[in-house]
Amino acid sequence: MVRPLGFLVGLGFIAALVLAIFTTPLSNEPNVAYSFVKHPRHVKLASDGLVPHWDKAQLQRGMQVYKEVCSACHSLNLVAFRNIQDLGYTEGQVKTFAKGFQVPSINPDTGEVATRDGLSSDHFPAPYANDVAARAANNNAIPPDLSLITKAREGGKDYIYSLLTGYQNPPANLPAELKPGTGLHYNPYFSNLNLAMAKPLADNQVTYADGTKASVDQMSKDVTAFLVWTAEPKLVKRVQVGWAVFFFLLIFTVLAYLSYRNIWADKKH
Amino acid sequence: MSFPWAKPYEPKHPLMKWMDEKLPIPRLVYNATGPGYPVPRNLNYFWNFGVLAGAALMIQIITGIVLAMHYSANVGVAFNSVEHIMRDVNAGWFIRYAHMNGASMFFIVVYLHIFRGLYYGSYKAPREMVWLLGVVIFLLMMATAFMGYVLPWGQMSFWGAQVITGFFSAIPIVGEPVRQWLLGGFVPDNATLNRFFSLHYLLPFVILGVIILHIWALHIPGSNNPTGIEVKDEQDTVPFHPYYTAKDGFGLGIFLLVFVALTFFSPNMLGHADNYIPANSLSTPAHIVPEWYFLPFYAILKAFTFNFLWIDAKLWGVIAMFASIALLFFLPWLDSSPVKSSTYRPLYRWFFWVLVADVLLLGVCGMMPAEQPWVILSQLGSIYYFAHFLVILPIVSRIERPLPMPNSITEAVLAKHAPDTVSGPAAA
Repeated sequence: MVRPLGFLVGLGFIAALVLAIFTTPLSNEPNVAYSFVKHPRHVKLASDGLVPHWDKAQLQRGMQVYKEVCSACHSLNLVAFRNIQDLGYTEGQVKTFAKGFQVPSINPDTGEVATRDGLSSDHFPAPYANDVAARAANNNAIPPDLSLITKAREGGKDYIYSLLTGYQNPPANLPAELKPGTGLHYNPYFSNLNLAMAKPLADNQVTYADGTKASVDQMSKDVTAFLVWTAEPKLVKRVQVGWAVFFFLLIFTVLAYLSYRNIWADKKH
Repeated sequence: MSFPWAKPYEPKHPLMKWMDEKLPIPRLVYNATGPGYPVPRNLNYFWNFGVLAGAALMIQIITGIVLAMHYSANVGVAFNSVEHIMRDVNAGWFIRYAHMNGASMFFIVVYLHIFRGLYYGSYKAPREMVWLLGVVIFLLMMATAFMGYVLPWGQMSFWGAQVITGFFSAIPIVGEPVRQWLLGGFVPDNATLNRFFSLHYLLPFVILGVIILHIWALHIPGSNNPTGIEVKDEQDTVPFHPYYTAKDGFGLGIFLLVFVALTFFSPNMLGHADNYIPANSLSTPAHIVPEWYFLPFYAILKAFTFNFLWIDAKLWGVIAMFASIALLFFLPWLDSSPVKSSTYRPLYRWFFWVLVADVLLLGVCGMMPAEQPWVILSQLGSIYYFAHFLVILPIVSRIERPLPMPNSITEAVLAKHAPDTVSGPAAA
């Protein structure tokens, strides 16, 4: 009973699929934008690979780029000032750094909306009070929060680095409908080709304390490295712990294998 | 419940004797996973995956309970509470990554466990009930994994919930009300997140219960083995402990090494970048894709693009997707061949490997956007999937002429170790 019924059900599905095959066009609708979108360029950072470390000087430079450039539009909601001790700052430096920011608060006497000096426990304050304000100031596009950005985009750090360095004039053969409209900017690393963010970096836009030359490429690398850290502050620790666990388990597995061989030595199987 | 030569439990210590009279748990363990449970002597490494699936479930339950201590199931804070676990909770990043990749490891071992069963005919009499309970576990796992993926309340969580619960709206008349009842609203929202959290916490314990039934049902006929020949006498078996506890210990080591490599060195490899963006009901991701372990079924869903008979394409897809799993319940009766192991089934063996390739192909198709050639490949792949179980298998099991089989497990083992006198002097 099961087999004849199953046979009929199977034929039903197969018939529906065969008809689907013959009614689905075999060619795709051409997508011209595809041919202009570029694959992200690889950027090598100290935090890559199986023996990563944080290049603290680079992270500090990257934070400077974030603070002086990106933070005008982009929030960093998940990062607290206390976290930047990871970047090699002392507790005192963190306190001073935090004090330089005004964070939303209330007046303790009247309860009215106010601001106060930042504390180590505060998070980086957002540039806009709310999404409406963010939209209004940015051609109707909300600048995304950057805390997780290197994990939240296909291509990760390579994508962020490529996007920052990828601004260029549209190629001559770009169809008119793909040309950037008002308030949009051409960037072949962006999936729509045109994005609302203008080219954010120009040579020597920031002045690095350690004397590193602030080229667009250098600043892009530095801020990308910083955003890899903001996305996963525990990245280096994760890989280090991973090796310890791995070698522990390797020894366990070798011992388990030897005891397995020993127990089965007299048994053919 | 076991073979007559099974070693009886004889407590020696007075405390154990006392315990055995009051609550014979040591006896249960001894007879289930100890020296009192005889197992075929010829099991290969594919028989490790049952224990590994159990280990994976325990890892999920333990990490999950800890995560639930720090997670908040509220749409306003769920996403940030996960990031709080990643950043501020001691070793929270480890617990969360272990849970995230633990789900993948669980599915990897369960898929290998299922295909082991398919190759060696473990679903056949006298083990039909073991197989049926296994399919129930698989379904419960899928529901649990889906609801777990919604909890971080990222973009893929939200849109995955939207798409999956949308299956129900394909059902005529009652579909939309059922969907709203499941979601607790018109779109996935706080009510959805709360109930998914509740059920995601509940279902693993239901799975644990069904696993106990699965093992119970298994221990009545005892384990299948690579020859598919039933145990005949004592020399066909070895006691579970120490023989298979030792082998499972080694298997567990390998499993944990892979698990650790994934969790510590590439924890986001099997995930989606979009799920690190907080859920936004106004912005649809470019490609909504489920987790990798659902991809073959997702490909079957998408393969149906034609309104055939009075059923529209979407409903066909939904029915076919559920049918692709439901048909596994009938497998013991679709395959009428009395021979279990593919070792002795020259024809079925070929179709088995085509099925493996087909499921992998469907997995790739499920990941790809709805463009050619992926659409036609998923259609061809789905045709083979249904044909394999519902058409080919019943026919093959009828016309196939099995290879000559040894008389017993021991004979098969000894033949393997005997000097090969046929193929030349080198073997001597």
